[in-house]
Order: sequence, then structure tokens, then C-alpha cells
Amino acid sequence: MPDLNKLIQTLHPLERAVIPVLENDIDALTVIRKTGMKEVEVMRALQWLENKGLVKINQTLKEIVNLDKNGALYVMEGMPEKRFLQALTEDESMTLDEIKDKAHLTKEEINICLGLLKKKGAIEILPRMRVDVTEEGRLLLGKESLEEQFLRKLPLDLAHMAKEEKYAYEELKKRKEIIKIDVTRIKKIKLTKTGEELSRLKLSDQFIDSLTQDVLSSGTWKEKNFRRYDVTINVPKIHGGRRHFVNQAVEYIKRVWLDMGFKEMKGNIVQTSFWNFDSLFTAQDHPVRDLQDTFYLKNPARGILPKKDLIDAIRKTHENGGNTGSKGWQYLWDRDESKKNVLRTHTTVLSAKTIAALKETDMPVKFFSVGKCFRNETVDWAHLFELTQVEGIVVDPNANLRHLLGYLRKFFSKMGYERIRIRPSYFPYTEPSAEIEAFHPVRKEWVELGGSGIFRPEVVKPLLGKDVPVLAWGLGMERMIGEYYNITDIRDLYRNDLRQLREMKVWMK
Amino acid sequence: MPTVNISKKALDRAMGKNVPLDQLKDRVAFLGTVLEKIDGEDMIIEVFPNRPDMLSEQGFTRAFSSFTGRRVGIKNYYAKKSDYRVIIDRSVNEVRPYTACAIVKGIKFDDKKIKEVIQIQEKLHVTYGRNRRKVAVGIYPFEKIKLPIRLEARKPEDIRFMPLESSDLMTAQQILTKHPAGRAYAHLLEGKQMYPVFVDGNNEILSMPPVINSERTGKITLKTRDVFIECSGFDFNTLSKCLNIIVTALSDMGGQIFEMDLEYPKKKVKTPNLAPEEMKLDINYANRILGLNLDEVEIKRCLNKMGYEYKAGKALIPSYRTDVLHPIDLVEDIAIAYGYDKLKEEIPNVATIAEEDKFEIFKRKIAETLVGLGFIETNTYNLTNKENLTTNMGVNMEFVEIENSKNSDYNVLRSWVIPGLLQVLKSNKHHEFPQKVFEIGTIFKKNPKEETGIVEMERLAVAISNTRADYTEIKQILDNIFRSLNIEYSVNETEHDSFIPGRVARVSVNGKGVAYIGEINPIILSKLALEMPISAFEINLTDLYTLAKPKPQV
Repeated sequence: MPDLNKLIQTLHPLERAVIPVLENDIDALTVIRKTGMKEVEVMRALQWLENKGLVKINQTLKEIVNLDKNGALYVMEGMPEKRFLQALTEDESMTLDEIKDKAHLTKEEINICLGLLKKKGAIEILPRMRVDVTEEGRLLLGKESLEEQFLRKLPLDLAHMAKEEKYAYEELKKRKEIIKIDVTRIKKIKLTKTGEELSRLKLSDQFIDSLTQDVLSSGTWKEKNFRRYDVTINVPKIHGGRRHFVNQAVEYIKRVWLDMGFKEMKGNIVQTSFWNFDSLFTAQDHPVRDLQDTFYLKNPARGILPKKDLIDAIRKTHENGGNTGSKGWQYLWDRDESKKNVLRTHTTVLSAKTIAALKETDMPVKFFSVGKCFRNETVDWAHLFELTQVEGIVVDPNANLRHLLGYLRKFFSKMGYERIRIRPSYFPYTEPSAEIEAFHPVRKEWVELGGSGIFRPEVVKPLLGKDVPVLAWGLGMERMIGEYYNITDIRDLYRNDLRQLREMKVWMK
Repeated sequence: MPTVNISKKALDRAMGKNVPLDQLKDRVAFLGTVLEKIDGEDMIIEVFPNRPDMLSEQGFTRAFSSFTGRRVGIKNYYAKKSDYRVIIDRSVNEVRPYTACAIVKGIKFDDKKIKEVIQIQEKLHVTYGRNRRKVAVGIYPFEKIKLPIRLEARKPEDIRFMPLESSDLMTAQQILTKHPAGRAYAHLLEGKQMYPVFVDGNNEILSMPPVINSERTGKITLKTRDVFIECSGFDFNTLSKCLNIIVTALSDMGGQIFEMDLEYPKKKVKTPNLAPEEMKLDINYANRILGLNLDEVEIKRCLNKMGYEYKAGKALIPSYRTDVLHPIDLVEDIAIAYGYDKLKEEIPNVATIAEEDKFEIFKRKIAETLVGLGFIETNTYNLTNKENLTTNMGVNMEFVEIENSKNSDYNVLRSWVIPGLLQVLKSNKHHEFPQKVFEIGTIFKKNPKEETGIVEMERLAVAISNTRADYTEIKQILDNIFRSLNIEYSVNETEHDSFIPGRVARVSVNGKGVAYIGEINPIILSKLALEMPISAFEINLTDLYTLAKPKPQV
């Protein structure tokens, strides 16, 4: 047996109000009536009492016959058949149209009345579509029909109807929207053993429900006990402000690079092909520059090239290697092609511009950026046209491939990837090039996380004026974020569904 | 990425033993290729586009058996001397000026080998040949051809032959408009007065490069033993390399390579030239880049594994390699041979100073303030469409268009951010209210002073959607932000067709307009089928940041 005293202390004022009227087999509607409380209050109180094991609520369904749209109308204006007869009694014989207008009936109602009244012998049909009332009809007009009585008595419980009521119900059911059946839930209450015991006790009201300013200042709290709460209770959800979860991850990633001594690079999304491709030793006939892959601008379609000596250096490097010690791509470089404006296809363009602006005394130096890049893709679960790239460069005369691996392993371990490896890869602007892969613990295979390498001399020398190893990487961020948030459809990262944004776990790194 | 189909048997043969799949997969990966999938007996391997020489079973197994140490060092190929002639007429100067040719004899063609030859040709077309723009390859049954062969240009009406997979004689024009291959490659001859053709000693047309071969003389059959190969295009060097890739693969198939004399209008050349190329390699350079300390013997061993020879500071590069432009390419191959998986990582002990972009900090502080005020940050695309930016918003404004977007819903760069927020609210009508959202995003406007003719600025847009729109509530948010930033501002009534007249204002700092604020006009709401009132503002953060920069402390 639970401690009754303690139980009493936990009772909410609503429960206290309900308990005195409770008895076995009382239904909830009666409780509402007897207490004079609102329905939601009674229901809530009963629910709590059931949770506390004091009552048991048995719910049964009850079908109640109620007036429907036409029924409600007929109760006020009279049944159509009565109005039909009424109209006839005032004149000799009439056409159906005359009756329709006089009795304010619809065509449908007229048709029903005709059938009904003929069956009862209340009317006779005369030649030339005229109708007249019979004696039987006049008699009917004077008394209340079973159907009318029935409608007057509604609502009625379908399960407990008298014979005549059932007859009227069956008749009316055939007609349009006169009656309807509403299913209501009947809640019957049974007191448990503890409940019965409690209901016999006199409940004191010497409890403080809420600690208010008044209670505090008056000091009444000193004499009374506090009502005990159910501290395990579920509470309604609330939603606060949130950063977008992708941006939370971006902030973290930025923090990681900052912690490692990297400076942030920023730059435009629209770039000339010169910076996006040519400065990165991407030949002008390279497929990445196709309309299929890269977004080109309609207007302004072309931008301005930088100063002449840089253009010349890049041109020569493409054509024959210039002074970089390379053979170049062996083709005629087209100045106009390099003017074409594109949406940057990678943030590596920021690295190129950064290197071009560096001075000898700035080195060694490290840069990063987290930014959007663009590919002319059709959107599906695995492809987006806007993606976030994590970019980094280390410009250090003493840098080498092992350092690249060192920086990347550190970064990925901070991103939660403990097992990573690099394997040979290819990009036009890096050599050696390396693909970074992480071992996927569930899929049990290596998955690609991004490209990296050391910028080719053909990239660095024209931009910087000398050949210094520049470690570089460009990592796709969406995959990492998707993995963290268990998002497999990449579009869900940018769906901006408020429920998702409100309920998404925060980036816990 | 290009792929090559290789039978597991061929790989096992190259390795000299049956290799477990796991190990094979691993080795393939560390050669710089990817075992993409296994399709019955065939393995499909991805090859990076810089290695067209690996796009055949022969080329790949050659590289692979060398990499795994089974057969290391440079593999020499020789072309026998001959008096086979190809005459290049000066008329092709304008259309397709160069060719490189060879003859390979003694291949026992079966269905599999024919398929392989077609694979090599097709892969080279797509990759190195840039869809035949740069290189077109033709391979012909030598027994059907009478020497000498001529490459000449003819008027389209003077070209008539039976193209591959056809049983009718067709004119050039018919081929380019009716034949599937003709239609696919017609653009490569567009605007030319004359079209190139290879013609044999009987004046029989062999092919019309880069489009199609003749059915009669341009198709290898089971009877073929000897083949004539031509690569045509615009850069002789590129064509020679491509030819070398093909003939070395055919040689590995059991054929014998024969030279041809190419008689250009002004000079004579022999192709193929299979002599290895020399390149100087500084061992210190390699070690410095890789962070290793390899001696000459080890360097040589690594280069041998990648199919090179090394002698006294010089690497000998096989004639089929197209990707070695600079010693750095040798350095990468040394790293691949050494094993990327064996490189020990290191973080150097070098102090560099971190620095976050100041404007980014500014933006973050504003975002944090809004989160504190209960706002949810959204993240929408920079690309949108004209309708969203203008007609839906009841305004006319200039915007920047994309030339070639595959998606017509996303073919314009956004010129303001509020339209994006309204789209977000539109797609969230079924969720709980109030809905309070913000976004910091880039906007794009034309400006001829900029390098690209476009200026990019960052904007903050904030919107509240609830059962009643409230100018007071949204202005409280704006006011809170400006006070947090300690920036004084003034508000003046203005007009803006997206907002309700009399409930829209221009916000200025130091006399410069930086924001619009107001209640969204119901005309706009009903256009977007939004059922709740919305109040919103949009601030130009780029300008605000400049205006708000703290003055240096005295």
C-alpha cells in the first residue's frame, strides 16, 4: 500500500477538486457536470489520477444519433412532406412547380415527397401533371409523424432505441443529411483500492501549490507544506534560437585551423577563369572548364585580367612551361578564354590569389578558408550545385609531403576520423597529389574525403616569383557533416525545415 | 573518371601469381588508380586522366607488374625501318594539319583482341583526344590498303564513300547529317570549306577524320593480321604520344611495329618515335619535396618500379608517357613507388600566427545576438531564380544571371536575402508559430569597377512570421542589434513595393542607408501563398562593418 499521506501531498488542485465526486462507474461527463470544471481540466485530472494508480479509466465508444444539416433545418421549418401537403390544402390542385415554389422545396425534396406521400395514399396524381391531397393526406397533416417525433428527441443513443424510434431512424437514414451518427468516447471511472481509500479521506487544502511572490512575502509558506510535484513528468517542448547546424560545423572547423596557426582567407564567389583555372595550371581544354561542369556568367560574361607580367607568366607556363622548368601543356593559350567569369569551382582560387599577394618575408605562413564552391550539377540525393569546401595551404620553403599528411591527420582526428590514409591521386595543379580517405567503421571501406597535394611549380612560380613547396588541400565538408548528423540525402543539409533546425542536436565538438 | 576493363586473369598473369582480391585492391589504390567494381571476370579500374597510357589492358598491366616489382625498369619498344609512306597534302593545313602514323604487323586478331583495340581507341578519344577535338585515331586492316597513303582535304561534294556500319555510298554531307557518328562529330568540321580524308594508293577513301572510317577499308576483322594506325589533329607532339600509346599496347599484344615516312609539304618525319626521353632529376629536390632521405640506389629502384630507367642524374621516360612535364612528376612517381602508405607524418615545429578574418568575427557576433533573441539561422543557396527575386516580391531589380545552369530554378545569383527567407517560411507553413528566422548571406550586384564586373556583399535578413505582423517587434530586434554593436542609427519613412506603405522604413548610419525594415505587403504574401503575416528587415553588413569600425583608441 503506497503512503497515502505522501500521495495526498502530490495531488494537484485539479485532482483535489475531482476526487470528492468520484464513485465507481461514474462517467467523465457526470464528473464535469458535478464539479462545474472545464472538460480539459477534468480530463487532465483524471489522467493524472490514473497515472498515480488511484483510478482506472475505461473507455467505450458510443454511437449517438444527431441532427444533420437538413435535419436541423426541417426541425425549424417542418418536414418537406408536411410543407408539401400544407401547400396543397390551401388550393384545389397544383402542378409540381407550383408546389415547389409555394412550399420552398428543392427539386430533390419534391421527388422524395412524391414517392413518400403516394405510398401513404396522402395524395393523388391528376391528369396534366397536377397533384391533389386526399382525405388521408389531410389527416396526416394534423398529426406528428414518427419521424418528426424522432427528430425532436435527438440526440439518442443508437444502442438504446425503442421500436418506433428504430423505424423512424431507418426511414430517415435513407434520406439526405437529415440525421448523422456521432461516435463519442465514454470514459467510465473505476476507483482502485487506494483510490477508494483516498476518496473517503477528507483532503486538506493546506498545501501551497505555487510559490508566488505573495506567498513569499506574506510568509504563509511557513505554515503550509508544498504540494509535491511529479518531477518525472513530461513537459511540453520549447524551442530557442539556433545557428544552422552546418554553420555550427563551419565555426568548429575554422576553430581547428585557427588553433593550428592558420590565417583565414576570404574572397569572391564570382571569379575570372584566369584565377579559377589558368593560374592553377588547368589547361584551357580541360574538361572541368566545360559548360557541363562549370557555371559561366551571362552578363557580365567577362572580367578584367590582372597586370601584364602575371598574364604573360601564366600564358608562357601553359604554352611551354615558361621559366618553371616545365614543358607546359604545349598549346596556344587564349587570353579571351581566361577572361570568362565563373562561379568559383573550388576555393583553391583563394589560395592562388593569396600566394600571388605574398611577400618573401611573409613565409612561412599558413592559410585556410571555409567557403562555398559551385558545380553545374543536377540536384539529387548525392549531388548539389553549391558545396562547402575546406581549403588550406602551407607556404613554407621547408614543407614536404610528410607535413601534408601530418596537418591532415591532425585535422581529421579533430573531426572524429581516427583512421585516415592518403593514396596517389591527380589534379592539374598539384604534384604529388593525394586523395585523403577515411576508414568507414560501418561500411568497412575507405571513403574519399578530399583532395590534396603540393602545388606544382607551374602554379607557384608565376604567382610567387619563386618555386616554394606549397602544401594544399580542398576538402568537401558536406560528407563529414552528413555523417555526423546521420544525414544520407545531401539535400537535407540545406532543406531549411524548421522542425529539423529546431530539434537537430548541436555540433558537439 | 575514365575506366579500363581488365580481366583478373590478365592481372594475375602480369603478377605471375593469383593475388587475393583484398591485396589487389590495395595495390591498385596505391598505384594511383581505383578498383571500382568487379563485373564477372572483368575488373573495372579507374585511371586518372593524366595517364592515358594505362587505359588499355596492356598499358595497365605493364604499369602494374612494374609497380608490384614483377617486371621493373623501362620496357623498350622498337619500330622496324620500312619504306611505307604517308603523304600529307598542304590542303589540310586549314582543317587538320597533322598526323602521326604507324603499321603494326602480326597480330592474331580474335573477338577479344578486336574489342580491346576498340576500347583503346575509344578511351583515347574521350580522354586524351578530348572527344576527338584534339586527337582522332583510326585503325585500319592493312591488307585492304594500297600504299602510299595520302592525307588531303577535299570539298565536301567530292567526298563519297561507304561509312562504317552502313551499306550505302554516302556523300560527306549525308554522313554528317544522317550517320549517327557523323551527327555526333559534325560540329568538329563545322564552318570548314574542305574536309580531311585519308586516301590510299588506289584513290580509295579510308576515312574522314575525325568523324568516321570507311566500312570497306576501315574495319578490323578476324582475318586481319596487320594494321595501319593514324592519329590526326593539331599538335604533332600530342599525336606522336597518342600513337606511341597505341603501338606499344599492340606490341604487347604480340605485334611488330613498323615505322612510316611522313612526307609533310616542307619536311619529312618518321613515326613512331619510341626512343625514351631524358629528364634531369636532382635527388635532393626529390628528397626535399617528399621529406625523405633516399640515396641514388633507392631513387633508381623507385623509378624502375614506375617503368623508368635512371642513369647518372637523369631519368629515361618511356615514349608512351604523356604526363611528365617537369621533374616534379618524377618526384611524385618516386613517392608512389616508395608507397604513400609508408610515409611517416610529421607536423613541423614552425610558429605561425593564426588570424580570423575580422569581418567574419563581426558576422558571428551578430549571429550569436540573434540566436540569443530566439532566432533560427537558415542556410539557403546563393543561386535562385528571377521570379523569386523580383516578380514574387513585387519589385524590379537588376540581377546577375548564369549562362548555362542545368536547373532553371537556380539560374540567377541572389540580389537580396529576404526572398530566400520568405521561401523558407513558405515551405514551413505546417510547423509551429511564431517562426523567427535569420540568414547572413552573400548578394551579387553588377559593378563595372570590380575585377569581374560584380560586387559581392554580405547581408543580414531577419523575419518574424506570426498570427500578427508587428512592426514594433521587428524594430525591437533591429534596435537590439544596433545597440549591441554600439552603432547609432536613424530611421526614415520610405517606399518599397515589397512592404506595406506607411509601414516600411530606411535605416541609415552616418547618413548612409544600410537597411530596409517593415511589414511585408499582403500582395506579396498572397502571391507566395503565405498565410501568416510577416515582418522583416535586411541590413547590408558589409557597409555596416565599414561604418562601425572602431576608431583607433587614443
